[in-house]
Amino acid sequence: MSAVIELKDVHKSFGQVEVLKGVSLAVERGEAIAVIGRSGSGKSTALRCVNRLETIQSGEINVCGHPVHDPKLDVRKLRLDVGIVFQSYNLFPHLTVEENIMLAPVTVKKLRKAEARALAAQALARVGLAEKAQSYPEQLSGGQQQRVAIARSLAMQPQVMLFDEVTSALDPELTGEVLRVMEDLAKGGMTMLVVTHEMGFARKVADRIVYMHQGRVWEVGDGSMLANPQTPELRAFMAHDL
Amino acid sequence: MKYKFDFGALAEYWPQFVDGALLTLEMTVLSTVSGLVVGTLVAIGRRSENKLLSRLCGAYVETVRNTPFLIQLFFIYFGLASAGLRLPVVVASVIAMVFNVAAYTAEIVRAGMDATPRGQLEAADSLGMSLPQIYWHIILRPALERVYPALTGQYILMMLSTSVTSQISAEELTGIANNIQSNTFRSFETFIVVAGIYLLLTLILKAGFWGLGLALFTRRRRLGTSL
Amino acid sequence: MLAQPFTLAHVGYMLNGVLWTLALSALAFVFGGIAGFGVMLLRISRFRAVRIASLVVVQIVQGIPLLVILFAVYFGLGIFGFQVAPIIAAGVAMMIYSAAFLAEIWRGCVEAVPRTQFEAAECLALTRWEALRKVILPQAFRLAIPPTVGFMVQVVKSTSLASVVGFVELTRAAQIINNSTFQSFLVFGIAGAFYFAICWPLSAWSRTLERKLHVGRH
Repeated sequence: MSAVIELKDVHKSFGQVEVLKGVSLAVERGEAIAVIGRSGSGKSTALRCVNRLETIQSGEINVCGHPVHDPKLDVRKLRLDVGIVFQSYNLFPHLTVEENIMLAPVTVKKLRKAEARALAAQALARVGLAEKAQSYPEQLSGGQQQRVAIARSLAMQPQVMLFDEVTSALDPELTGEVLRVMEDLAKGGMTMLVVTHEMGFARKVADRIVYMHQGRVWEVGDGSMLANPQTPELRAFMAHDL
Repeated sequence: MKYKFDFGALAEYWPQFVDGALLTLEMTVLSTVSGLVVGTLVAIGRRSENKLLSRLCGAYVETVRNTPFLIQLFFIYFGLASAGLRLPVVVASVIAMVFNVAAYTAEIVRAGMDATPRGQLEAADSLGMSLPQIYWHIILRPALERVYPALTGQYILMMLSTSVTSQISAEELTGIANNIQSNTFRSFETFIVVAGIYLLLTLILKAGFWGLGLALFTRRRRLGTSL
Repeated sequence: MLAQPFTLAHVGYMLNGVLWTLALSALAFVFGGIAGFGVMLLRISRFRAVRIASLVVVQIVQGIPLLVILFAVYFGLGIFGFQVAPIIAAGVAMMIYSAAFLAEIWRGCVEAVPRTQFEAAECLALTRWEALRKVILPQAFRLAIPPTVGFMVQVVKSTSLASVVGFVELTRAAQIINNSTFQSFLVFGIAGAFYFAICWPLSAWSRTLERKLHVGRH
């Protein structure tokens, strides 16, 4: 097995509320997985567990050889291998675009400034924002900010990228530019776990689609699954969505 | 270190400590109530359309906030004395405290009143309410609820500042402490004890203000939200 | 006792006091700032016990009058065999007082930076300390400037209390002159004017900074 992300019977509760009720999932190297489902289905929580932003109560999570469920895990080593992009971009407002991207390579990987700058330029070119290196985040549109956030993550050269509803905060006309960047990444062979509401993206780009419902993986399939739901829940979800 | 702590020497003075603490509390309550009334009036004056009144109130607030309380106290106590009016020290102290805390109150209350949404004023106006009615029902009461934490914090600071009046020989807690330490030569112990008493007073006031807040602001108590 | 006339020499004496007021303020602010920064770090520690312990210490300092702290330091250092110069006692007391208040002001600013910034930094594999230094503190710093300048006013005013241990700063100078001239309104009026001249520009500056910060954010 060459699964780079593997969840086995993962349970997670917030207080009394059980949000994940035994989630299992394996992602192969180079796969792009779209995770869909209603809000409250646990899809974002599952994603955050993969990166140890949340700790789980039971089950196993292995990511790039890191035992994420292990309390003694070196979280920083995990995060060197796993990049994440958030719904709210979370760029650092006091730093320029270039500085945002250079920060982690310089402080964490101890790269020289010049190397980090070259890396930043490369990452920015990949998201089509080479000319914005000296701008501050607030000078950019939401779509541009989100692309910078992707570049910031890419510059750490992670093995896996997580996307947490990255287009949900964007105006509809700005989602396209972000989705295109993600599509390019997927085509380039990046292992991606994408929590999304964008059915078009799921259908077109994802190698597999995971439908989550009430804290469980309800249905898994390829793009055609959305046209032919096997469960009434997914059928209802699709009907609502369209 | 050869120093031996001796708190025992202070034991016989406990009635004086209690008297001092009570005077501190009395002065605090008196200045809190008066300071709230005067301060609120100043805040209203500051918001007035009458330029002169507004400027006067502003100048008063700025003067008080940018000079030390000790200087204000000396100015009032020694100043009035030099003009032939010798006030009892506690009276002069309370006057100075009200003079001082009213300015801080005015600034806090004004911020609370300024936070009234425009739409509410327009709504009240269109319902035919008079300016005093609008002030009382629409502006002031929500404002006080809004700034209650800042206000009570200020009054606790004022309680602590009461100690400064010992410098004109008011026999509140710190004044008492000065007497006791010069009788016993147990200066350090005396001020440790007094520090403990102040801490206790602070806790009592905090608890009191918290309870008062619950009693006064029923809406907040029931909903737990802020205005 | 015969009252002396109030002369320009008295104003000169007060001006000398102004210098000591400024010196003591600077001393209190710098050392209080250093200590306050340390206490702030304890207040946001990831260890609950450290957070609670530092909170208790801050609450204790804030629940005691500065004057009482000053007396306790003055007599306390005395009994341990130190010959305390008034400026040292006043400086130490003011440092303790400033440290507690600055720590709370700055903690508020650190906590005003959205938590997601911390999250994002840690997801880039920055350590907690790196995240604090490179991401959180620079943002908190901007927020902290106006209230910190505002607190300087508080420090300057508080130095007047140093007069009680015989340190001849502005208030003590005024008291001494008042004792010989009995022109209380004039003497304390002038002293007040000097304080106002120091404090009001700081207050105004703090307000301007505050306004700029709000404009900058929206």
